[in-house]
Amino acid sequence: MLSGLDFSVSSGQALAVTGANGSGKTSLLRTIAGHIALTGGSIDLEGGEPELTLAEQAHYLGHRDALKPALSVLENLSFWRDFLGGEISDAGQCLKLVGIEHARHLPAAYLSAGQRRRLSIARLLTVRRPIWLLDEPTSALDSAGQTLFANVTRDHLARGGVVVAATHAPLGLEAKELRIGGRT
Amino acid sequence: MTALTALIRRDIRIALRVGGGALIGVLFFLTVVVLMPFAIGPDLALLARLGPAILWLGALLASLLTLDRLFMADHDDGSLDLIAMSRTPLELSCAAKALAHWIAAGVPLIVATPVLGLLLNLDAGSTLAVALTLLVGTPALTFTGIIGAALAVTLHRGGLLLAVLVLPLSIPVLIFGVAASEAAISGPVSFGTPFSILAALSLVSFVVGPFAAAASLRHGLD
Repeated sequence: MLSGLDFSVSSGQALAVTGANGSGKTSLLRTIAGHIALTGGSIDLEGGEPELTLAEQAHYLGHRDALKPALSVLENLSFWRDFLGGEISDAGQCLKLVGIEHARHLPAAYLSAGQRRRLSIARLLTVRRPIWLLDEPTSALDSAGQTLFANVTRDHLARGGVVVAATHAPLGLEAKELRIGGRT
Repeated sequence: MTALTALIRRDIRIALRVGGGALIGVLFFLTVVVLMPFAIGPDLALLARLGPAILWLGALLASLLTLDRLFMADHDDGSLDLIAMSRTPLELSCAAKALAHWIAAGVPLIVATPVLGLLLNLDAGSTLAVALTLLVGTPALTFTGIIGAALAVTLHRGGLLLAVLVLPLSIPVLIFGVAASEAAISGPVSFGTPFSILAALSLVSFVVGPFAAAASLRHGLD
């Protein structure tokens, strides 16, 4: 699907992957996350924890929010915190940070698209992972949400994290751009 | 370990909430067994003779009923991607999901068996024997069933396929489950022989099921 791609991102840097619909942004992210097998070439991680694979050190935020409608907001977040493990911060605190603290006991089925996105962002904060793979992270977010997202991402980069984001809208922070695809 | 207990607790919780699958299986089991005496007629001796087979068939179909959504639901909402990326081996996650499914959907069937045994003219000893074989045999149904559930994710829209794939695997469990129950009730084979084979089938499925399911899921992610 994609070929002749060569790029690198270093610690503290964000990479914005841009391109037309269907150009392969999501496929690129899913390949990095290990969901799609490489047919050629390689993806290497320098540094990081040697005993863990790249995928095990990465967060993936996709189109689908990985939320269970039957569980409450807090239950959803607590589950991912316990399941993903790693370095952990308080789930309630993270909900407050992304601005959906008032809905903590509401079933996730009642959340709006923007609130679901915010809850997904809370997952990125609850469990520490150095690499963030984000697919259209700001879709469905209002302007306050986009500012919030930019701040959260900036903090993550300041801690030495790496962000690879597929996006159409500007991320609201300084990022290297990788333009892919287009049957030109 | 916390990761796996979190997964088990989440799955059980979802199954027990409104719209979850836990009660569907028991209701189906209840319907099949309650209708059976009406279909067969008031021949008490015949009912008692068919009782173990009816209970086993009902339990088998009921446990397959909710199995096809086991991985599909997680695939559809994106959870499966994150589960595959986590630091917990996928095989263990599959085993945890199967265990959660058995606790939420399998155990209620076993609990319901004594009540349903009454409807089939089984005495206390016979009902106990059937319940015991179900306790040992139903995990095998779940753990072989997850192979089909994982394949259903790989081959989208595999709901119907699941029955075709899983049923042949569950036939040995059915044979030895019913054989052990009948051995306990009427003989002439000793109870231990078919019961040990049933237990062995369960143990084999604990090992084979999660590995096969995980291998299938790895291929199925795209």
